Parts: sequence; structure tokens; C-alpha cells
Amino acid sequence: MKRTRNILGVAVFLLVVLIGVPWLIEATGRLDLYYTLTSVALLSIASAGVWVTFYIGRINIGQGAFALMGGYVSAILVVQYGVSFWLTLPVAGLFCAAASVLIGLPILRLRGVYFAMVTLVLTEVARLLALALPITNGAKGMVSIPLPGGISIFGLTILPDFATLANPRPAFYLVSVALMVLCFAALYRLVHSRIGKLCQSLQQNEELASSIGVNIAYLRVIAYAISSFLGGLGGAMFVAISQSIYPSSFTVTDSVNFMLNCFLGGLGHVFGPMIGTFVLYFGWDFLFETGEFQLLIFSSVLIALMLFLPNGLLSLRLFGKKQG
Amino acid sequence: MTELLQIKAVTKRFGGLVAVNNVSFAVREREILSVIGPNGAGKSTLFKLISSFLSPTSGEVLFGGQRISGLAPHIVARKGVVRTFQETTIFKGMTVRDNVIIAHHLRSNATLAGFYLGTTTARRDEAEFGRSADEIIDFLDLGAQRHEIASTLPHGHLRALGIAIGLATNPTVLLLDEPFAGMNHDETVRAVKMVRGVRKRGVTVLLVEHDMPAVMNISDRIVVLNFGVKIAEGTPKEIQENEKVIEAYLGAEDETIGF
Repeated sequence: MKRTRNILGVAVFLLVVLIGVPWLIEATGRLDLYYTLTSVALLSIASAGVWVTFYIGRINIGQGAFALMGGYVSAILVVQYGVSFWLTLPVAGLFCAAASVLIGLPILRLRGVYFAMVTLVLTEVARLLALALPITNGAKGMVSIPLPGGISIFGLTILPDFATLANPRPAFYLVSVALMVLCFAALYRLVHSRIGKLCQSLQQNEELASSIGVNIAYLRVIAYAISSFLGGLGGAMFVAISQSIYPSSFTVTDSVNFMLNCFLGGLGHVFGPMIGTFVLYFGWDFLFETGEFQLLIFSSVLIALMLFLPNGLLSLRLFGKKQG
Repeated sequence: MTELLQIKAVTKRFGGLVAVNNVSFAVREREILSVIGPNGAGKSTLFKLISSFLSPTSGEVLFGGQRISGLAPHIVARKGVVRTFQETTIFKGMTVRDNVIIAHHLRSNATLAGFYLGTTTARRDEAEFGRSADEIIDFLDLGAQRHEIASTLPHGHLRALGIAIGLATNPTVLLLDEPFAGMNHDETVRAVKMVRGVRKRGVTVLLVEHDMPAVMNISDRIVVLNFGVKIAEGTPKEIQENEKVIEAYLGAEDETIGF
């Protein structure tokens, strides 16, 4: 019963985002929405990473650092070494995961506001590194990054060369949404497997978890690596779309936004960051009309939401079916 | 009976304070041994030293002849020495059953990746954990609370849940931190029965406790600490007649003497 409903839900979601949305965009001629929705998809992947660290009880305001790192890894590999973008995508994620293991080993011992502060600094460190390192081309950044090439297996074209497309935006949209669906499906499985329960045990009481034999240090690092992998993935894909990257491509503001997306969507549910990103991104754009009051209204609404819906937007829906 | 756990000349200093001073004793297989002492005697510190949540300044703790002091708590737990907590330390947001299931961690044959992919081993593990958790829950009379969120349980049930979590790890030695603290008479009687039941399952029990009548009633042997030093060791009867013990307890007016 529950299973069929889940499958049905996923099917409807896929139909809407993969067919419904492009059809609507073409029909209304609002082609700019492709770019906006692609951004939402990619930012929600990075936010999902932040959500994983929340899941083990850590406030992470450093996802911008890994998004930036992933972006640069991909850009450098594509521009300087001529590697296919599609190959650099997982490489960027894995690079970030490896880096996060090194960074995480010492800092994951910290809890609460102390961990949050260190991660906040991390974003700034990443920006300064990007400015200083010779390979990143400093403040000038990297521009005119070639569009992703095609993928074909045994002569069968799976993805066309993006440079040959008249308008690569729909293609980027579809790829990004597919990537998002994959990431969230993987995360859903994680949360609903025993690993999810173990993460929850860390979140609720690390001492007790350790007393029942859970290697808390190991699990924390794994969770943080997954988090950073998603950050790197999102960052790399973003760079491919904008065809450029600068040290200021992902800043502290982005890191804070990634965290806010999770808060807003709901920390208790895997799809929280997806909803959160969508609402936050469109909410901000929607308030554009209000001119100088944009930030004021936006932040007031956010504060109100956090006060009245401390468990996020998804708690609205879950209210009725908690007993299931 | 073989000596399962040996505490050898263990000392713990916090700066200038010597919390535990050169304490030695052994826990025999399948016995219930209690460590008692007035407030500030170093019981809790000793408890953390044995479960390896603290490392001794000098001396060592041996389990089955192997040194366990200095190892990470989860490794000590893996070897079979598992602690419960003094406060109502449980996974508050989970149901009683999930609390006990998650505590089966050490018994898993599947790897984390296996659990992610849902391999046969992982699924067999999950089924076994569920079955075993239900058995432990029934054993500790928590059946009616099985699906309740742990944070909503009353005090006595929380203590039982703490012990259930400990049992789920399949320990050789279970260390209980003040299992009778804050309980009224009836609850204590039930808890004493519970601890006896734990021993009947073949588990050796070491408990740190305040409640004198309960300790006298339940223990095979008792170790008494005062100001970090062991002042007596013996059967409940021997301890009751020990002058040093009587003196230590009369000196501390806010203690329940109980005998």
C-alpha cells in the first residue's frame, strides 16, 4: 500500500519535472525558467549534502567551500587537461569527499556552534585559496569553459555534444534534474536503511551510540564525505552551465543559503532541502517587485516560518500521516 | 570462578585532584559486584575508567587478560564490556523498539555498504535484530511501550530501556551506573529483579550505586570506595560489619546509611 503510493508519487514527480515543466516552458515561452529551475535542482543537491550533516547533528555552514572546490576541479580538468566533463563530474565529487575526510577528521570532534563556526570559516578559506593558487587563475577566474561533450556507448548516443545544440538550456535542465533525482534517490535509500538509523543515533546521543559499539568518528567522517561529495557535484555542474568560475562563485552567503534551504524545507525529511531550495529561490525572485523592501520582507518571512514551523515546510504535510 | 575483569592499581588524577587512587579489585564471571561509597568517593570516575570513557593516569584495566584501558569506548564495547548511563540517556526521538534494534549494532554481520544495498546478510541481520529486540523488550516488561517514542516514557521504564539497550549489545560484562537512583521502593524492587534476571542470562554485572538496601540485597560482593581509595571489599555481610565502612558513612551525614 505504502510502497505503491511511493512509486506513484515518484512517477508523478518525474512526469512533471521531465515532461510537464519543459512543455509548459515551451508553451509559455518563458525560456529563462530553464536556467532558474536548473539552478534550483543543482543548489538542492548541494543543500542535500548540508542536510546529511544536520542528520548526524552538525550545523554545516561550509558547503560553499566544497561547491567551489568541485567547480574548480571540474573546470581545471576540462580546460587544462581536456578531460570530458562527464568524467570530471564524479571526480570533482570524489575530490571533495577526500578533502572533507582530511578536514573532517579534526573538526568533526566539535559540536554545536563550534563546528558551525569552523565550517563558516572554511568557505572563506576556500575563496582565499582560489584567489591565491596559480592553478585557479586568481581573481580573473576561469572563463569560456567549453560546454560538455557528448556521451556515446557502442556508437549509441546517450547525450549529444552540448556545443552542437542550438539551445543547450533544456538539455542542462534535463541533466540537472536527472542528477538531482539520482542524488535524492540515493539519499532516500541511505536514510531508510540502517545507516540512517545509525546517523540518527549520533544526532540524538553520541556517547550512548559509542557505548553500544558504534564507531562514531568513522560514521561522522562518512556522513561528512557524502555531504561534501554532493556539494562538489552541484558545484561542478553549476560551473558547466555558467561556463565560468570565479573565487566569488560560491561565497559565505551561498553556504548560509544551503543551510537555510534545509531549515526551511525541514530537517526531518530527506526531501526537505529540495522543497526548501525551490521555495527560497522562487520566494526571493518573487519579492523582486518590492524593490528595496525585498530583503526586509524576505528575512521577516523566514524568521516567521522558523518560529511557527520549526520542523520546516514538510512538517505541514507530515502532520496528518505521522502515525503511518 | 575465573576473574573476568581486573582493575589493577588504577589511579586517575584531574589536575591536583586524585579522583581514584590506586584501586585494585577483580570481577568474577557471572557475579553481581557493586561499587559503593559516599558522594565524591570516585565511583563515577572509576566507572568511566572501566568502560574506557576515561583513561587512567596510571594502572590498567584488563578484560579476559587483555588490557582495555586506553581503547576507544566502541572497541571496549565490541570486546564485551558495555555500560549503561546514570541519567536517562537513551535515543529520545526513536521508539522503544528502534532504540533496542539500533543497539544490536555489534551483532551485525553485514557491512554498512551491505545495509545500504540490502544484501541477503543485511536482511537476515535486520530480521534477527527485530526478533531479538522483541525478546529483550518482553524480558524487561516493556511490551506495552514497544512503539512509544522513548522521550515520553516514565522514569522506571526509561531505566529498563537503558538496560535493554545494554543487553542488546550481547555483553559479557554489563556496567550499570546507579540503576536504582531516584526510584521509590516498588520501582527498586522491580529493578532488583530485573538485574537478577540479567545475571541469569549469563551476563556478569558490575554496578555503581548509592541505594544501600538494594545493594545489600542484590550483590554477591561489594567494593567500598572513600575519597578515591578502596577501603573494603567483601560479601554484603562482611561489609556491614566493617568498621572503616561504618565510619566513612557516618562521616557523611547526607547519605542513606541503610543498616
